[in-house]
Order: sequence, then structure tokens, then C-alpha cells
Amino acid sequence: MSALLTLAWRSSWSRRATLSLVLLSVALSTFLLLGFEQVRTDVRENFSQSVSGTDLVVGARTGSVQLMLYAAFHVGSATNNIRMDSLAAIAQHRAVDWVVPLSLGDSHHGFAVLGTTSDYFNRFLYGDREPLVLAQGRAFTNGIDGLYGAVLGAEVAHARRYRLGDKLTLTHGSGGLPGSEHADKPFTVVGILARTGTPVDRTVHISLESLEAIHIDWVGGAPLPGVVIAPEQARKFDLAPKQVTAALVGLKGRAAVFNVQRFVSGYAGEPLMAVLPGVALDELWDVVGLGEKALLGMSAMVGVVSLAGLIAVVMAGLNERRRELAVLRAEGAGPRHVLLLLAGEGLMVTLAGALLGALATGLFIATSAPWVQAHHGVNLKLSVPSETQWMLLAAVVLAGGVASLIPAWRAYRLSLADGLSPRV
Amino acid sequence: MIEVRDLRFAWPGAASDCVVIDALSIPAGRTVFLHGPSGGGKSTLLGLLAGVLLPRVGSVSLLGTRWADLSGARRDAFRADHVGYIFQQFNLLPYLSAVDNVLLPCRFSRLRRERAAQDGGSPGHAARELLERVGLSQALWTRAAAQLSVGQQQRVAAARALIGRPEVVIADEPTSALDALLRDSFMDLLLDACHASRGTLVFVSHDERLAARFDERLSLSAVNRTASSMQAEDSL
Repeated sequence: MSALLTLAWRSSWSRRATLSLVLLSVALSTFLLLGFEQVRTDVRENFSQSVSGTDLVVGARTGSVQLMLYAAFHVGSATNNIRMDSLAAIAQHRAVDWVVPLSLGDSHHGFAVLGTTSDYFNRFLYGDREPLVLAQGRAFTNGIDGLYGAVLGAEVAHARRYRLGDKLTLTHGSGGLPGSEHADKPFTVVGILARTGTPVDRTVHISLESLEAIHIDWVGGAPLPGVVIAPEQARKFDLAPKQVTAALVGLKGRAAVFNVQRFVSGYAGEPLMAVLPGVALDELWDVVGLGEKALLGMSAMVGVVSLAGLIAVVMAGLNERRRELAVLRAEGAGPRHVLLLLAGEGLMVTLAGALLGALATGLFIATSAPWVQAHHGVNLKLSVPSETQWMLLAAVVLAGGVASLIPAWRAYRLSLADGLSPRV
Repeated sequence: MIEVRDLRFAWPGAASDCVVIDALSIPAGRTVFLHGPSGGGKSTLLGLLAGVLLPRVGSVSLLGTRWADLSGARRDAFRADHVGYIFQQFNLLPYLSAVDNVLLPCRFSRLRRERAAQDGGSPGHAARELLERVGLSQALWTRAAAQLSVGQQQRVAAARALIGRPEVVIADEPTSALDALLRDSFMDLLLDACHASRGTLVFVSHDERLAARFDERLSLSAVNRTASSMQAEDSL
């Protein structure tokens, strides 16, 4: 048996040019399968951690997915607002630690505008409970002092090339309608956030008072005809918000989460709901994650093609090897040795290819993780292969072993039929 | 040594038998020249003698053992132990050196490995002695077989067939790829070596000029009584 192994090795080595191409193609498909699986799980994890450190998201009664869509992703719009006194009532619940109001609706060149309090920058956590970091400048202050100050998400600043002190104007609603610019009250960039890989990057943050101020001479989505209130005049009005779109709620302890959830949904003042962000984000992923199955299918396809390549190469080489097999037969190798020789070679090539692919995946993740984090905000984690990745590896090796049985079986039949005189 | 009785062999799917031998006996130590035209079932007969093919009817035995009585794996082991085989050409595994090619039977057969060790102190020594005997210059011993000329390759093949003193050496037109000069020297060394090891040699060729050097000369068309071979004989 060891004689056969040595021969198999020497024989494979003599055909290393062809075999290494097969090995590379197996490695490539392994890389695709493993790499895709890694990106998929990390993107999913990233997604489900778009909001962390927040125990409940509160909004007007609607679907939990819809609430998450506008509260966390600033997509779509709320059916109803919630009153500030309702939030005050929730804040007074003994289990509630903090409440950060969120007010949505305006936009800036397609980026969402979020009205909130400066607490937001301390309370909002993402990923593995990471806080928002100001790359430049500072957060706006609450009240009159912070009026017309904007803190930009990294993507907004990058895309529009904004720097601290730059002026920008906001658009009423999602934009597109003529005359819906809040052009009379420009904002100043006071801070730019570091990249997070969450919707925060694509958001312009202003104070709730600022949001009130730019709408002070507006009614029903349009400027009041004939009424013009200059930016400085607006400071004299009562800018305390009456309503907001949603709120993030932090609790003193996780244990009370269902208790508070019940309190919110049973609140007598107006119909409200509270959702657990992790659960709602998972639900949301099931909706937006459909494409991942198609991608997984594609990688599986690549795997099948590379194994077909393995079979084709070994089959094509078989005719050249018939003399070699006849010599081995004459020297005492049996047809089953021939079968072993070819199947073993196929298996070894697949195994080496799968290993190389796994190494390449690790290397790729290790080297590209900082870049991916900086440009796409996805935190790729280098770790031991997950259960799914082991399964994928095993599937590649198993499929390679089975695939190499096809040429091995043909060689077996040939060596039985040829005897010692290969008819080539 | 080699006994053939009432042998009938047909390739799968063939309508008629291509080898029909009623009786053939080759005693030990005899060198036999088997002469026959191409396509007369020579290679098939050699496959039967070497136990790679099994007859449809009748028996082939070697050293008193009937090939058909052995299991597939035992047949392969028995062949490795007792038969040295030389092909027309392409005898060598191109990726092994000359020495490693000669040692090939020792990889598959313990008996031949032990006998080679007895002969040369170690199988490796025996292989080098044989290569020296067949006149392959020492510089070529460790060279890959693919880099040797056809004449050199046939010498290595002869050394391989002889290592570990197998009882039977079967040669299937080993000189057909060699020119006259090389052919004569190859015949010298093969016959000398077989005499030295007192092995039985079954040598198949269509080149009748070689026949005089053998103990016995057999005509394949006389031995193999198939309808087609008798026709071939008639037409001659």
C-alpha cells in the first residue's frame, strides 16, 4: 500500500502543471463558498446589531418591521407621531433608564435628517455595544444654543465633501418637490461622526429644536404664504417639540423588558407599541436577506463547475496514462490498485484545494478586514471556521472524492479490458 | 513450468474465440521463441500466460498453480512474485528514475525484494548490478526514464524483468523499436541474463531472424488453432 502511495505521489508530481490548475480551481470555489458564507454571516450580524444597547424602540402602533425600518434605517415614514407627554410618561416608569426621542421626515440630498437630543450620541450603541465616535468637531447642544448645528454621518460627509463649518440646507420630506427647500434656514456642520457601517453613516443629525425652527412658518408640508420668519427671529418662539416619530428606550435592567413593553402597548394616552430591536431586525433580515440564498446558490454552482473541471482533466489524462497503468498491472498491481490510485489522487487534489481555499479565505479576511470596515462598514471577523463552513469544506472534499470515482471507475474498467496491451 | 490445457478465449462481445490452444507445455529454464504475425492473438496469449486475462474454457497454470484458482488479488500478487514482463515499448514509468523503475517489482512483491536482497546485498544494489549487466552507463541510472533513449529504456525494462529472479520472463516484441545493432546487443544481454538466473523465457516476435538463438521455436499459428489463424497459415 505504501508502495502505491509513493507511486501515486511521484505520478501526480510528474503531472503537477495540470493538477495544480485543478487544485487552484477547487481552491477558488472553496474560497468563494467559505468567503461568501463568512461575509453573509458577518453582514447579517452587522445588520442585526445596527442598534444595540437599546432595549426597546417605541413608536405609534404599526408593524414591528415597519417601525424598525423608519426608526433604525430611516426608510419609509411613520403612520402617526407620538406625543412628547407620552414619552415623558414612559421615562417615568421605574424600570426605564433613559428615553431618546427621534423625529424624522426631512432629508438632505437623499440622506435622512434625524431630529434628536444630544443624548443620542451617548445612548445610541451599535455592533458589539460600540458608541458613536465624533471623528471631527462636537455634538450639537440641546436648546437654543445648538440651533442650526448639524452632525453628519461619515457617508454624508464623504459623499458631499463636507467639512466642519460648511453650510447646508435641508429639504422638506424626501425631496423632489419644487419649493420644498428649507433654504431660508441653513445649517452649519458642527461635527462629523466616524464610520459605523450602520444607517447612522447616512444620516444628518440635528436637534429637535432645530427641526421645530425650520418648520415654524410651515403648515401641512408647505410654507405659509406671506409669512417669513428669519432664522434669528425663530429663536424667540417656543421651540419645544410637541411630537416626535419614535423613541429609543434604555432600561435599568434587561429583566423588565417585557414588563415595559406591556406598559407601552397598554398606555392609555394614545396607541403605542414597543419592539425589541434585535427581534425586529431578525424579522427584517428575513425580508431583505432573500438575495443571500441566490448568492449561496451561485457559489455552489461555481463549486460544481470546478469539480466538473476535475473530472474532465483526470478523464482527459486517462488515455495518456493507459500505458502507465498497463506497466503497473504487469508488475503486480491489481485493477483495484488502479482504482485506488486514481480515486486517491482526485481526493488528495480536492483536499489540498479545499485547504488552500480555506487558507486563502483566512488570509483574505485578515488582510481586507480593516479596508472592508472602513469602506463598507462590515466588520469581518477572522475566526475558526463556523459549523456551516466546516460543512461546506466537507461537502467540497466529499464531492471531489465522489467526482474522482468517475475517472477511477473508468480506469478500472479499462485496465480490466486492456489487460496488458492498451489499445491506444 | 507453463502448462496450457484446452484453452479457449474470446474478448467480451466478440463472436468467436481469438485464442484456441489444445495443449502447450514449456519446461522450466527453457527459452522459447514464439513466432507469429501481428494480430494473431500474441498479446492476448501473453495476457493469459501472465494471468491478467482468464480463459473462457480450459486452464493456464504457472509453476503448477492454475491462474483461475486464485482470487483477483492473489493473481496480482502471484504475477508480481513469479513473472517479469517486457513490453514492446513504453515499459517504464516516465516519472521514475532508471533505478526506481528496476525496483518496481520489489515494491509489489516481497519475494522478489528478498531474492534481490540475497543477490545484491540490498534491492538497490541488485538493481544497480543489473543495470550494469545490461550495459546502462552509470550516469543514466538516476536519470528520469522519460529522458532515456528507446534502446536505453528497453535495457532498463530487461533489468526490471530480471530483478529478484522471477521464474518466468515474458517479452512481447521487445526489439521491435530497436535498430539492428541495438537489437543484437539487447538479445545477448536478455538471453545471458535468463541463462544466468535459469529462468524460463517466453519471447514473442515476428522477426524470425532471432529464432536461432532460442532453445525452442514455436509458431503461434500452429499453436493457436483458431479459424482465422488457420486461414492465415493457409494463405502463407
